Amino acid sequence: MNARKKIEVSGLRLSFGDKEVLHGISFDVYAGEILGVIGPAQSGKTSLLRCINRTIEFTPGARVGGRIAVDGQDVQHVKDVHGLRRKIGMVAPLPVGLPLSIYDNVAFAPRAAGARDRAWLDGHVEQCLRQAALWDEVKERLDVLGTKLSGGQQQRLTIARALSHQPEILCLDEFSIAIDPVTTMRIEDVLKELSRDMTIVLVTNLVQQARRLAARTLFLWNGHIVELDRTEVVFSDSPGDRRTYEYVNGIFG
Amino acid sequence: MSLPRSPERPAGRGRLAVLFEQAIELLIRLCGISAIVFVFGIFFFVFREGAPYLAQLDLGAFLFSSDWYPSNDPAHYGAGALLLGTLSVTLLAMLMAVPFGLGAAVFVSEFSAPRTREVLKIVIELLAAVPSVVWGFIGMSVLGPLIKDVFQVPLGVNMFNAALLLALMSVPIIVSIGEDALKAVPDSYREAALALGATRWQTVFRMLFPAAKNGLLAAVLLGVGRAIGETMAVLMATGHSARIPTSLFDPVQTLTATIAAELGEARQGSEHYQVLFLIGVLLFTLTFAVNLTADLVVKGIRRK
Ligand SMILES: Nc1ncnc2c1ncn2[C@@H]1O[C@H](COP(=O)(O)OP(=O)(O)OP(=O)(O)O)[C@@H](O)[C@H]1O
Ligand SMILES: [Mg+2]
Repeated sequence: MNARKKIEVSGLRLSFGDKEVLHGISFDVYAGEILGVIGPAQSGKTSLLRCINRTIEFTPGARVGGRIAVDGQDVQHVKDVHGLRRKIGMVAPLPVGLPLSIYDNVAFAPRAAGARDRAWLDGHVEQCLRQAALWDEVKERLDVLGTKLSGGQQQRLTIARALSHQPEILCLDEFSIAIDPVTTMRIEDVLKELSRDMTIVLVTNLVQQARRLAARTLFLWNGHIVELDRTEVVFSDSPGDRRTYEYVNGIFG
Repeated sequence: MSLPRSPERPAGRGRLAVLFEQAIELLIRLCGISAIVFVFGIFFFVFREGAPYLAQLDLGAFLFSSDWYPSNDPAHYGAGALLLGTLSVTLLAMLMAVPFGLGAAVFVSEFSAPRTREVLKIVIELLAAVPSVVWGFIGMSVLGPLIKDVFQVPLGVNMFNAALLLALMSVPIIVSIGEDALKAVPDSYREAALALGATRWQTVFRMLFPAAKNGLLAAVLLGVGRAIGETMAVLMATGHSARIPTSLFDPVQTLTATIAAELGEARQGSEHYQVLFLIGVLLFTLTFAVNLTADLVVKGIRRK
């Protein structure tokens, strides 16, 4: 594994109002790895991702402390936050098809970045939709509203959209919530493929999904990192922390 | 209602609840139908008053001639200049009010701090509460002299003056309805767009506007409706002269102001009286056409 650090998180604290949600967590994500993030509801997984691409700042009352660096650059001090966000593909847990056509959903980010060439956009949109295993279902009706798709299709649309700005990092937040097992497997294969030249942070409630895909797995619990280790270790009979064993095996609290 | 009934609940009460629900449903249906009845009723009564004149009506002259001489002998009832007056004043007002109103709606909903937003909303609502006769007064005594000085024109009460007033009157409507429409777009859409690297402005133009287009269109239309229907302010500020305008600073006369000014003098049942009601029908048709067009546009967008 390439040991270059793509994301460095150190002493990250996050609070909403006076409620602290992340209590000073530190970890690194290496370039080209898939890092699984597991943990029970409310443990702060979604918030963690939103800190990385700084969309957390659109929540009034959210305060971030500590440091997150992407490619060695502190995200709080990047010159071009839009460029930073384009470097990070984000797949939100609830499928959010923007109220635009399917085509415009996928072309949104490239256009925002200045892409105008129609032929290039056509090809690019097709490629992204193919990678998200959605192309065959929608190729005849690219001008239909994205919000008219089924839940699972919308979720794949958000994946296509997250890939559309050719990110170096892909953050997936429970991407398979509304997707059937067969399609999930297809997308998991795509993710393995993509991880050759992309760094992937995979937040998932399906611990087995982390086991299948992730090189290392981070167990987040109540805003603390309980354990971060190679996935074999986390899923072994004797991980570093008893709580990890209990959570992974479904005998948690 | 096919919810399983809990066993301890007495059967009679359930039936009462069902009856109650049916009564409410009926009531709501009646409310809906009554709206339709009222619209047709108004149209019918206005039309009935004007109908006797229809036999003599020269539609071409009525719509396109600018000879409005109701008290001459023989009288001329060419409403072309009035129609043009209404259309031109409304169009000019909308050219000012729509960009300004939508811009303000975007600012209030997307860019202002909560405190500023509250203050702005109160001010805008106050603006909406100013009676139209007060606006007319402002047009005559404040705007008029100002326009005369600034633009070096002989008459301060003219098309531009009235359009400015109408714009000021429609802006509050456009802002408050437009802001509601923008606020109704879920935050998750905004965050998704921003996460894709869009700037705030790109988010507004490429995501928010398409997402809120129906509500924004409704806002604009209500503004147009306000402008077309407004009577008092335009009566006072247009200069009220039935001629074809050739410049922004020419006086004009609108359909509404004509009715308001002349209906009192026209003997009931006279030709003049009937024609004024036909002008009412024309006005009605105009607003109907605007709304219908908008509906079709929205449906056209939605079908995609
Ligand atoms: N916008 C917000 N405003 C206030 N509190 C928030 C907000 N978003 C999240 N929180 C709080 O932060 C904590 C962590 O939430 P987060 O969504 O990050 O958890 P999660 O691990 O993603 O949970 P889940 O598995 O249910 O998605 C929760 O206690 C939640 O109530
Ligand atoms: Mg979550």
